[in-house]
Amino acid sequence: MAIARETDAAAIKIGGASVSRTRLLVLVAVAVLACVLPFLVSDYRTFQFTLALIYAIALLGLNILTGYNGQFSLGHGAFYAVGAYTAAVLMDQFEVAYYWTIPAAGLACFIAGFLFGFPALRLEGLYLALATFALAIATPQILKYDALEHWTGGVQGIVILKPDPPFGLPLSQDQWLYFFTLGVLAILFLCGWNLLRGRTGRAMMAIRDNPIAASALGVNTGLYKTLTFGVSALYTGVAGALGAIVIQFVAPDSFNLFLSVTLLVGLVVGGIASIPGAIFGGVFIVFIPNVAEEISKAAPWAIYGVFLILFMYVMPTGIWGAIRQAYAWLVRQRAA
Amino acid sequence: MMLTKRALLAAVATVAAAGLAGTAAADKMYGPGVSDTEIKIGNTNPYSGPASAYGTIGKAIQAYFDKINAEGGINGRKLNFVTLDDGYSPPKTVEQVRKLVEKEEVAILFQNLGTPTNTAIHKYINAKKVPHLFVATGATKWGQPNKFPWTMGWQPNYQAEAKVYAKYILDNQPDAKIAVLYQNDDYGKDYLEGFRAGLGDKAGSMLVSELPYEVTDPTVDSQIVSMKNSGANVFFNITTPKFAAQAIRKAFDIGWKPLHFLNNVSSSVGSVLTPAGLEKSVGIITAQYQKDPTDPQWRDSQAYKDWNAWMDQYYPGGDKNDVSNAFGYSAAQTLEHVLRAAGDNLTRENLMKQAANIQDLELPMLLPGVLVNTSPTDFYPIEGMMLSRFDGKKWELFGDVIDPSKGS
Repeated sequence: MAIARETDAAAIKIGGASVSRTRLLVLVAVAVLACVLPFLVSDYRTFQFTLALIYAIALLGLNILTGYNGQFSLGHGAFYAVGAYTAAVLMDQFEVAYYWTIPAAGLACFIAGFLFGFPALRLEGLYLALATFALAIATPQILKYDALEHWTGGVQGIVILKPDPPFGLPLSQDQWLYFFTLGVLAILFLCGWNLLRGRTGRAMMAIRDNPIAASALGVNTGLYKTLTFGVSALYTGVAGALGAIVIQFVAPDSFNLFLSVTLLVGLVVGGIASIPGAIFGGVFIVFIPNVAEEISKAAPWAIYGVFLILFMYVMPTGIWGAIRQAYAWLVRQRAA
Repeated sequence: MMLTKRALLAAVATVAAAGLAGTAAADKMYGPGVSDTEIKIGNTNPYSGPASAYGTIGKAIQAYFDKINAEGGINGRKLNFVTLDDGYSPPKTVEQVRKLVEKEEVAILFQNLGTPTNTAIHKYINAKKVPHLFVATGATKWGQPNKFPWTMGWQPNYQAEAKVYAKYILDNQPDAKIAVLYQNDDYGKDYLEGFRAGLGDKAGSMLVSELPYEVTDPTVDSQIVSMKNSGANVFFNITTPKFAAQAIRKAFDIGWKPLHFLNNVSSSVGSVLTPAGLEKSVGIITAQYQKDPTDPQWRDSQAYKDWNAWMDQYYPGGDKNDVSNAFGYSAAQTLEHVLRAAGDNLTRENLMKQAANIQDLELPMLLPGVLVNTSPTDFYPIEGMMLSRFDGKKWELFGDVIDPSKGS
C-alpha cells in the first residue's frame, strides 16, 4: 500500500513505514480541515458529518473483508446492529459510560464475526453473499425476540442519553461527538493501515487473488479468513456503537436489510480496497440521499439511482480510484 | 363544502368565545418558522421502505393544505408543508427531524408517523421545545404532558379503546366472565392494561382467563380451547390480523359463542374476517372513530361529498377505499383548527397552548359524536369511539359514542 514514490527523495518514516512528503502534507491538511470543520458549519451539519465518519468506520470494516480479502458480505448491517445494541444495553441497563461501550462493542462484534467466519469458510462468492444476506434479514426479527426483550426493549427499542462534552470543554454535544468519533476513526484507520500494509495484509490479499497459491506459500487460509471476518465485524460494530450514541436510540427497525445494502453501496462508490475510499463512501451514504431529495421530492430514489449509475460510469474504481488516477495523470503531465 | 367550513368556523368561534387567552389578534407574535405570509410545518413519513403504505397519509395532508392555500391560507398565511421521507427507519427520522428543526426551522412538527420513529425524536424534540403535534401512532405514551409537554397524540390510543369495551361490558353485561387473548408485547400489554383499568375493581372478579401468545406461535388454538373451558362468556381478542382470523375460526369451530370483542387493529373485513370466514364472524364487536369512506351509509352525507370532492380535486391519485386518506384529512383539519385559534400569536408556546385547549371540535370525517378534546392535562385528543357489530357483510354501528375519559 504505502510504498513511497521513488521520485520523492524526502521520504519520512512513520512507524517503520516510509511516507512521501506530498502524502504527509495532504494528510496534515485533511486532519486540520477535519478539526476546523465543526466550527464552520451548524450543529445539524456537524451531526451529519459525524454520521459520515461513523459510516466510514463501518465501510473500512467491510473493505477489509470484501476489498482486501475478497469475501462478500450483504450482512454487515447485522454487525452494526450488534455493536449498536451492545452500546445501548450497556448504557441503559448497566449504566456504563459511553466511551467504554466502544471497546465492548468492538469485542462483542469481533467474537460474533469470528464465529460467523467459520461457516463462511465453506462458502465462496455469491454463496457467502447469500449467507450473510440471511444474517441481515434475520437481525430485525431477532432483536424483537421475546426472550431478549428485557435487554433490548423489544420493538420499542432503547432510548439513551446524549453525552455532554467532558472537562467543561466549550463545545456543543454535537461538536463533542464529532471529535470523539473523529478520534476513534483516526485510531482505527491507523490500525487498519498498519494491518493491511504488512505481512497480514499481504496474506489477506494473496487469499483474495489466488487462494490456492496463497496456501501453497504457507498462508493459513482458514485462520486468516476467519480472523479477517472478526476484524471486519469489529470495525463495523464500533461504528454501530458510535451510531447508537449519536442517534440516542436503537430499535429493530433501524437495522433493516437496507442498511447492509447501503454499506455495500458506500464501499463500491468510495473505492474497493482503499482506506481513504471509506471516508468518501461515508460522505456519499449520508449526503447523496439528501441531495437527491432536494432535487426531487417525488422520486428521490430514482435520482439517487441516477447518481449511482453516474458515479459508476465516471469513476469505475470508486471516488478514491478516480482521485489516484487524476493525480497520476497530473504527475505524468508535469514530467512530460 | 360550505357546511364543513361553517362547522369549523363555528367551532373556532366557540373556542374564542370560551375566553381563551391569546386568540385575539391583538399583536402579531411570531416564533420560528412563521412570517406574515407563511407557516412552516415539518413532517416525516415513510414514503419508502416497509411501511410505505402509510405514506399516503402525508400526501393526503399535503393535499388538504393545498386546498387551504388555494382558498387563501390561514389568516392570510400559506401553509408550507415540509414533509420528508424517513423510510420508517429511526436513525433517518432523527436526521430528517434535525434538518426540519435546525435547518428548515419549521414552526411545528405535525403527524410524524410511527411508534419507533417518534420514540427516537421524543427527547430531542422536547428539549428543543418544538410542538410535536398529533403524532400518527396509537401508543399510549404520547399523552404525558408532565414529562413531555411538547408531544401530543391524536388518534384513540390502545388503552382508550380497551376502556371503551370495558365500559360497554360493565354497562351491559354485569355478570360477564371475561377471557382475554393478547399478543405478548408492548402493543398487547398496552391494551390489557387499559382494559383492566377500565374494568376497575371489577377486573378481579370478571377476568377468568388471560392468555398470551407469542408472535412466533404457529396458532392460538390451544388458548382458545382453554378459554372455552374456563367458562368465559365474553372474549376480548387482542390480536394482530393473522391470529385474529385463527381465533375467530377456532372459537366458532369448537362451538364457543361468547360476546366477542375484536381490537380495531384487526377489524379489516378483507384481511381478517374474510379469511376467518364471514359467517363465523357474525356478531363480533369492534370500536371505530372514523367514517369508513367505503361504508355506503355515508354516501349521501355532506361530509362524504366534501371529502370525495377534495379527493377528486386535490389528491386524484389517492385511493378512495383507503381509510388513511380520511385519517390524514381529519388530522389536517385538527391542525387547521389549532392554527386558526392561535390567530396572530404564532409562537411555539401559544401553538402548543392552543393544541392543548381544543373543546368539542367536530370533524366531518369522524363518526358523529366523536369529538376532539384536549386540555393542559389531557393530551389525548380523540378518545370517544363507537361500537359496531359485524352483520356478515359489513360493520354495523350501534349505540352512542363511548368516551372513557368522561366519567363512568
